[in-house]
Amino acid sequence: MIDNADAVRLLDSKRNGAVIVSTMTANNVRFGLPSITTDEKLDFPLTGCMGKASSIGLGIALAHPERKVMVMDGDGSLLTNLGTMVTLSNKAPQNLCHILFENGIYAVTGGQPVPGAGRADWQKMAAAAGYAATFSFGNLEDLTTGIDEVLAARGPVFMHLAIVPQIENTPLHLRQRARRNVQVAIRELPEALGSA
Amino acid sequence: MTLPETVLHPAAIIEELKKNQFTHVVWLPDSETNFLYQLLISEPSLDLVPVCREGETMAIAAGLWVGGKKPVVLIQNTGIFESGDSIRGLTLDVNQPLVLLIGYRGWSRHGITTDSAARFIEHILHAWGINYYLIETDEDAGRISVAAEEAQRLQKPVAVLVGSEFGT
Repeated sequence: MIDNADAVRLLDSKRNGAVIVSTMTANNVRFGLPSITTDEKLDFPLTGCMGKASSIGLGIALAHPERKVMVMDGDGSLLTNLGTMVTLSNKAPQNLCHILFENGIYAVTGGQPVPGAGRADWQKMAAAAGYAATFSFGNLEDLTTGIDEVLAARGPVFMHLAIVPQIENTPLHLRQRARRNVQVAIRELPEALGSA
Repeated sequence: MTLPETVLHPAAIIEELKKNQFTHVVWLPDSETNFLYQLLISEPSLDLVPVCREGETMAIAAGLWVGGKKPVVLIQNTGIFESGDSIRGLTLDVNQPLVLLIGYRGWSRHGITTDSAARFIEHILHAWGINYYLIETDEDAGRISVAAEEAQRLQKPVAVLVGSEFGT
């Protein structure tokens, strides 16, 4: 399994000007994109609208077909919006890479298992939904070796990552908040994209 | 005596979308929109984005808007109920100037309807502070422009309830 921060760090290092829409564990303020990003003006951190990271990513990808869009999604999140896999593959933006951080738990509510954890085969699901290319990695070494092929593939691409669960048990009111939230991203991203 | 025109033609909707320079229609068909669909797929200025469930429309529209495009959402009133958390967490929380074209299933000018989708929709829009207009004829279609202007001016979503079936 892959450490969350290691996966995010590797993906961010390869972004090459890509927009990254991140949610759930991949967006954790302590060990996710907010603390690792090298280009935060191109980040869209999604909190407060569970399940919709891939939909936002689809919209941005359709608006800017010349720019790569990476979505860092969670398994619990994707389960709440499973139809997105068909919506996305139907519109088929070639610049979209949908990355699933599967840790098998609802990390931000204390670590309860998500339905189907350990049984659902996400890569097969994505292939059946019609993604142009699908990948799955269970360790950092293989991910490091394969990431360039993933990002070079014509999209929409689906990449499944087996992620080490990291449970957040801190009471909500005591949790560290990210400086940059969705409202800030809404203001900054259009200018960064040249669409302001 | 000449009866007033009581038909809403899909062409009137398309003209309003073009006039207001919408770029994308994010939608899931409702029971009355097939005639509109035939025009949408042949209109080059509008990119149709079909979804599997209506909650996706709000998030896709948010992404398009951030990307500099001007989407409109086209779903049935039942889809508004399904979209609740997306409307709250995105459309309203980020103050998106989004026009929502909502099929008013169950609407009756006579006040009696057995369809709960019709009974609840206006109350729900009121609860969310989303202003709305009703269109039933070609003459009413101009309220789409009113909604578009208001959404942009106030930087918030505005709805247009489509109260009648489309005529051919």
